[in-house]
Amino acid sequence: MGWFQRNTEGITTKTTEKKEIPEGAWYKCPSCKTVVSAQEHEDALWVCQHCDHHERVGSTEYFALLFDNGKCRSLAPKMISEDPLNFTDTKSYPDRLEAAKKKTGLNDALRVASGELGGNPVVIACMDFEFIGGSMGSVVGEKIARGIDHSIKKGVPFICISKSGGARMMEAGLSLMQMAKTSAKLSMLTKAGLPYISVLTDPTTGGVTASFAMLGDLNIAEPNALIAFAGPRVVKETIGKDLPEGFQRSEFLLEHGFLDAIVPRSELKAKLDFSIRMLHASN
Amino acid sequence: MNYLEFEEPIKTLREQLVQAKDIESKNDLDMTTTIVELEDKIVEVTKEIYSKLSAWQHVLVSRHPDRPYALDYMSALTNGEFMELHGDRNVKDDKAMVGGLGEINGQPVMLIGQQKGINTKMRQYRNFGMANPEGYRKALRLMKLAEKFNIPVVTLIDTPGAYPGLEAEERGQGEAIARNLIEMMQLRVPIICIIIGEGASGGALGIGIGDMVMMLEHTWYSVISPESCSSILWKSWDHKKEAAEALKLTGEDMLANKLIDGIIPEPLGGAHHNREEMYATLKSEITDYLKKLMPMDADKRIDSRIRKFSNMGVVTS
Ligand SMILES: [Zn+2]
Repeated sequence: MGWFQRNTEGITTKTTEKKEIPEGAWYKCPSCKTVVSAQEHEDALWVCQHCDHHERVGSTEYFALLFDNGKCRSLAPKMISEDPLNFTDTKSYPDRLEAAKKKTGLNDALRVASGELGGNPVVIACMDFEFIGGSMGSVVGEKIARGIDHSIKKGVPFICISKSGGARMMEAGLSLMQMAKTSAKLSMLTKAGLPYISVLTDPTTGGVTASFAMLGDLNIAEPNALIAFAGPRVVKETIGKDLPEGFQRSEFLLEHGFLDAIVPRSELKAKLDFSIRMLHASN
Repeated sequence: MNYLEFEEPIKTLREQLVQAKDIESKNDLDMTTTIVELEDKIVEVTKEIYSKLSAWQHVLVSRHPDRPYALDYMSALTNGEFMELHGDRNVKDDKAMVGGLGEINGQPVMLIGQQKGINTKMRQYRNFGMANPEGYRKALRLMKLAEKFNIPVVTLIDTPGAYPGLEAEERGQGEAIARNLIEMMQLRVPIICIIIGEGASGGALGIGIGDMVMMLEHTWYSVISPESCSSILWKSWDHKKEAAEALKLTGEDMLANKLIDGIIPEPLGGAHHNREEMYATLKSEITDYLKKLMPMDADKRIDSRIRKFSNMGVVTS
């Protein structure tokens, strides 16, 4: 266990055991190759203390990090995808879903929960990249919609932690329209005068960037996260040239005016807490 | 006239018809019987071919080089009295996104759409109908202008996607599209969206939030093009036909999945086979929608727009 208490009371879904590394295991930073014990790595919130590389983590870790005492209540935890288009490429969509569920222990690429952050009630949605590349299908859209509905009903801020390869092709048009759906709900949150803080983490691309991830009252990113509409490979193919150093990384987006702040994971909770107090103090 | 591969039988008959007419005029012969027969046959064969187009063939028709483009419709719908309005007031004037004012049956309307080029030079000038962020921001500026003066908005969608270039990313392509989605949801004037050709992904949706979202009969609308889908999921460019089927991208499929509000029929053989008929149909459809949408209370119209998009998707709770 890390320095924070991992209390999953109220979460009815099975939590992933993926990050539970047996004692004595080691972590080698893919960026600077520094080796630390798995325990040290977890204590550092999966951030390399030598080069600041932020390892990708999922909703379990973010919920534990952000909710007070890691305590939260999942909204619609049992919601699962159907296969309305009867989609098959080299594999059938139900087979892909089954494999993803087995691999991750998750029901889809996003979880949403209510709880307290710094003593203030909030709703937090968080994407899981491990589940079909964090792709957005009907479940991701519907869970965000329900999370925002809950925020409006309770009059509390909404936070979404994005981490996605973009649209889920196997839901085609249905997937595309989740961009519209989430934006529709966010427009209602705005009307209700409630804050929406978007946290962009590595990677946030495609239809997620072109909808809710870029629509925060505050757009906050983790350091060096890839944030793009068209991914670097596609851009490179389009222009036929090598891309400049740091292109489409958090620091690049901040310089071009699309982020309010870059916040390291170790400060994320404190900065969210501060933002909520600033934007939502009198409520 | 350009013909698609599956239109080969139509092409042959049309060539025969031209020959027959030629013979008649040059040799002073009466070819009436042959000509009438050929004309009937052309209609019959065209009907036969067009009644069972595959998904991929719909994609091909939607990209037909002779199809009318946004500015053709804008001019025709407003009887040639269309005033194009340029620029996003920020960076530049995007030539792939056009817009402006005109009257449709006496009602001032703000028309906005992606524009493709009619020849190699113009295709480059129009960036193949792929808008940059300033295009989406120009579209939003025009929508806000329309809102200020209570003018309904009609968007004409025809794009292979938002431009995936370096500067597009620098200037926030994702943010520009996202901003349009949320702003269009709450726009206080009626919005009618019509897919007139290709409806590819976020680039199409960026001007695609409306009270009525319609597809012309031979168009497609999806999250990705069949070619890109093939390359990503099949890891090869060879499966575009299967990808087109799998994506359920035709008007019929999109309507069945409750993702659009309806389909507007095209003239036999596609919009380009009878432009005047296409323009007339579209004009009368838009007039009908406006009659229905204009008298509605703005808040109620926005509520039902939001409810419609909020209901999209299929899940098991
Ligand atoms: Zn490192």
